[in-house]
Amino acid sequence: MPTEKTAITLTACGKTFADGTRALQPIDFTIAGGETVVLLGPSGCGKTTLLRIIAGLEAPDRGGRVLFNGEDVTARPIERRQVGMVFQSYALFPNMSVRQNVAYGLKVRRVPRDERSRRVEETLGMMQITELGARRIDQLSGGQRQRVALARAIAVRPRILLLDEPLTALDALLRDRLRVELDSLLRDLGITAVYVTHDQAEAMALGDRVAVMSAGRIEQVGAPRDIYHTPATDFVADFIGTMNRVPASALAAWEGNAGDAVLFRPEDAEIVSGEGAHLRGRVASSLFLGDRTRLVLESDGLQPIIVDTGHRGTIQVGEEVAVRLKPDRLIPLPATGGESNPC
Amino acid sequence: MPLLQDRKGVSHHPALILGLLALPAGIVFLAFFLLPMVRLVLIGASGEEGAAAYLSMLTTPRHLESMIATVLLSLGVTLTALAISTVAGVFLVRHRFPGRAALVSLLTFPLAFPGVVIGFLVILLAGRQGLVGQVAQFLTGNKLVFAYSMAGLFVGYLYFSIPRVILTVMAAAEKLDPRLEEAARSLGAAPWRIVADIILPALKPGLIASGAICFATSMGAFGTAFTLATNIDVLPMTIYTEFTLSANIAGAASLSVILGLVTWAALALARSFSGSTVAASG
Repeated sequence: MPTEKTAITLTACGKTFADGTRALQPIDFTIAGGETVVLLGPSGCGKTTLLRIIAGLEAPDRGGRVLFNGEDVTARPIERRQVGMVFQSYALFPNMSVRQNVAYGLKVRRVPRDERSRRVEETLGMMQITELGARRIDQLSGGQRQRVALARAIAVRPRILLLDEPLTALDALLRDRLRVELDSLLRDLGITAVYVTHDQAEAMALGDRVAVMSAGRIEQVGAPRDIYHTPATDFVADFIGTMNRVPASALAAWEGNAGDAVLFRPEDAEIVSGEGAHLRGRVASSLFLGDRTRLVLESDGLQPIIVDTGHRGTIQVGEEVAVRLKPDRLIPLPATGGESNPC
Repeated sequence: MPLLQDRKGVSHHPALILGLLALPAGIVFLAFFLLPMVRLVLIGASGEEGAAAYLSMLTTPRHLESMIATVLLSLGVTLTALAISTVAGVFLVRHRFPGRAALVSLLTFPLAFPGVVIGFLVILLAGRQGLVGQVAQFLTGNKLVFAYSMAGLFVGYLYFSIPRVILTVMAAAEKLDPRLEEAARSLGAAPWRIVADIILPALKPGLIASGAICFATSMGAFGTAFTLATNIDVLPMTIYTEFTLSANIAGAASLSVILGLVTWAALALARSFSGSTVAASG
């Protein structure tokens, strides 16, 4: 891998499609060399468009610029940007074997035969797919295809690795395993990586930083921990994890600000016997999750409240319970209506 | 109760049911394919020279020349039609422009024309009073007439071949995964490499199938040849001449059998090629 790590700088990168759809508001964003940034958001939020602009598959609107290590590559087509891409559909060449797929980028770049096969074997070994080398693509499982797609992308030693929902097509168990492997691979390579997903668990686990996107703009950029604990906007607060929102006026014996709403995560409330309770509600449903039980509480005039409890005793549906919030764990209220400034 | 038993009884003999179901197909095959073919082969050997008529291809230079001309013409038409249709078909699938739907439906127009009409169109284009001739006379002073030569046949055959090929190409090109090309580009592949390594391999089964049909149609085309071929002999014309003018029924039959065999062999060859390809979509 190149010793020099590539930083990506986007300035005023917007995207309006030919039919007038505004896919991306002009965005300024910097990704440090060697960093893994996850673009997270619901479908249609512009995350894939942003990735394709970095890749060179889409050109930004006039005035937008893409810089790799300060060098303007906006006009450079993807062929000459030295980026590795992994697609959700894998996009493996069906008319080539696994080995030929992995060798393709090296062949196109006219790497000498000896060097080429050495690097192909090395990459296959790194992805633990050496024994699949001679297989045809239609003889591979989904997980194997994803490994081949990764091997093909990194065999050419790209400056940047771009991953578009690489695990979405896999079943949950395989996804978890490959996520762990992908995490250690990205760390071993030390390569600058941009990873697009709509799965927040993936985003939290893989990203050095996570950029939460909505409606063509970046709502918030930060370390996964910060995004989870101090969401900058209402959208982030509601999109990441499960969030309860209760008006302060509905809380009994509340010492904080009485004006606004109070936001808290399900794990930051506890069921108490009645003393010091802030809320009361009737258990509408109870879901046993092994390490905890997730309760949905109904209370007059409030949205359903979700509380996770490690309580070992059984709590019956229909039972009245008292809830106490942990005041130090409350989520600070995002500035409402204010323009977020992510960078 | 007896009804039930009957049902049970029949269901124990699936082979019988299959046989019954295959009967109509068997009758059609026997009556319209096997019997006429056998008869044709027998007639071919019934002339004065007997079974040696099948060697006329080797002994009569005119027949051999006619066969070679027909194969070369059909091969040329097939390859040209494939080349033009691939470029045009992929373009039509990739680009949206006003009038595209009308153009695509117009492309299938020539499918309805009998060979005579196509021959007539070629005469209008390149005959003695044709457009090409008049333009050439205006530009160079010489009238260019090629309607009644191999070139005229080539143009006519190409005209009715392209619609057949282009529809197959378009169907195959629709199924091409654009991500494959993007992946190849990200790996540094230039456009010509993407055509050679990604697009053509994906289209290959469709190209071979439609090329085979195009070749077989050209080998047996008669109407266009009948309208245009005053100086040239393609095999269907030779068969016609032997049959009607020389009343050499055995000779015509033997030539027909050979025409069928050569075409069948070419198609079998094409099929064995396409058998080794992997369909490339998704």
